[in-house]
Amino acid sequence: MSTLKGRNLISITDFNKEEYIEVLDIAEGFEKTPKQRVLADKVVATLFFEPSTRTRLSFESAANQLGARIIGFSDPGGTSVQKGESLHDTIVMVSSYADLIVMRNPKEGSARYASEVSTVPVINAGDGANQHPTQCMLDLYSIRKTQGTLENLQIACVGDLKYGRTVHSLVQAMCNFNATFHLVSPEELKLPSSVKMSIKNAGLKYYQYTDLRDIIPTADIIYMTRVQRERFPDPLEYERVKDSCILTASMLDGCKHNMKVLHPLPRVNEITMDVDKTPYAYYFQQAQNGVYVRQALMSAILGVK
Amino acid sequence: MDSKKELVVPRIENGTVIDHIPTVALYQVIHILGLEKYQDQVLIGNYLNSMKLGKKGIIKINNKHFTKEEISKIALVAPFATIIDIKDFAVTDKFTTEIPDHVENFVKCANPKCITNSEQIATRFDIVDKVNLKLKCHYCEKFTTKDTLVINEK
Repeated sequence: MSTLKGRNLISITDFNKEEYIEVLDIAEGFEKTPKQRVLADKVVATLFFEPSTRTRLSFESAANQLGARIIGFSDPGGTSVQKGESLHDTIVMVSSYADLIVMRNPKEGSARYASEVSTVPVINAGDGANQHPTQCMLDLYSIRKTQGTLENLQIACVGDLKYGRTVHSLVQAMCNFNATFHLVSPEELKLPSSVKMSIKNAGLKYYQYTDLRDIIPTADIIYMTRVQRERFPDPLEYERVKDSCILTASMLDGCKHNMKVLHPLPRVNEITMDVDKTPYAYYFQQAQNGVYVRQALMSAILGVK
Repeated sequence: MDSKKELVVPRIENGTVIDHIPTVALYQVIHILGLEKYQDQVLIGNYLNSMKLGKKGIIKINNKHFTKEEISKIALVAPFATIIDIKDFAVTDKFTTEIPDHVENFVKCANPKCITNSEQIATRFDIVDKVNLKLKCHYCEKFTTKDTLVINEK
């Protein structure tokens, strides 16, 4: 029986290193045998207070493959939320209908609050710009799967490192595995000092760059993120830097053989289509891994693994 | 004035003296304690000479003793202020305010997207840097700092 039984997953730091590994090991089992009806007597509520294609479908696919019944909504229109019901009341009500709540909500901190008022475990499927821990778990799964280990890797994070919550979580999680971080971003979108502090506190090293080409020969993982135009007060500044964080196939000459390119998706133009055909592209398999990881999390939290 | 050896702000018989308030924080202390509405004697002095601070503020409140939460509020805006409890003109307790490790209920989260700013939820913060005053929201995990600190009045 998992030590994760009955736990919430709100922030990636809610779990420790051993617990990450436990989830990844369980997920590996689901990758080998995805259809295991271990949640046949369970009800999973997926409450999506804002639209999300990938995350919701991934959770619902995972729950379906485990045999669980799914209740919930994919946007709050037409529900009591639109009538002005508080999050408190919605969660109290739903926790009496379901064994587990999966929630996405645009308000930051909403997932932590939901876990405090719910009588059943809550998995955070994204609370605004704050946390999206299951994305981080599937990133870890993808890294371990492609590299054979999580230890001692050269992790390059590219793009919007300031606002990108997936990067913040990944850095925090990888601090448990003796990683070295290579941070590539425009000056305006550098990793926040609080996240850099996590690296320092773990006794690890990071290097900062503004040109993606500088990290190609070193990286085991290149974790790409989108640089959004609206992050720049000055459009000219965006035009100046936008190409510095775009990865093309020709740039990958000279990369390590084991190197893989990850991206939380959706991508816009930061990875050109010609990269898709290279052996280094891993972002679509990465999304697929999300199903196994979510199966692992749901079954561990519900105490059936 | 001080040379006359007279108290600039007169003594109170029973109540609390808040001494060594930074001059810039005096009116904030009055506000967060809701003293504008207090229906008893409140004696206030500001820019008084102080050995410790150079210039200081002081508030003497008749027939009022503060709760732990109120002392925490004072500490956030006036760290190292001195709290003196008075009974029958005598000092019964005296201590310096200390910034606590956690605060609940009275600080507003500076993140407008935080759930605590849209639902009726008591805020909770860990104080992660007492020197520069940096508070981490228990819910949204964002920081509220000295510059963005808003304390709900009583």
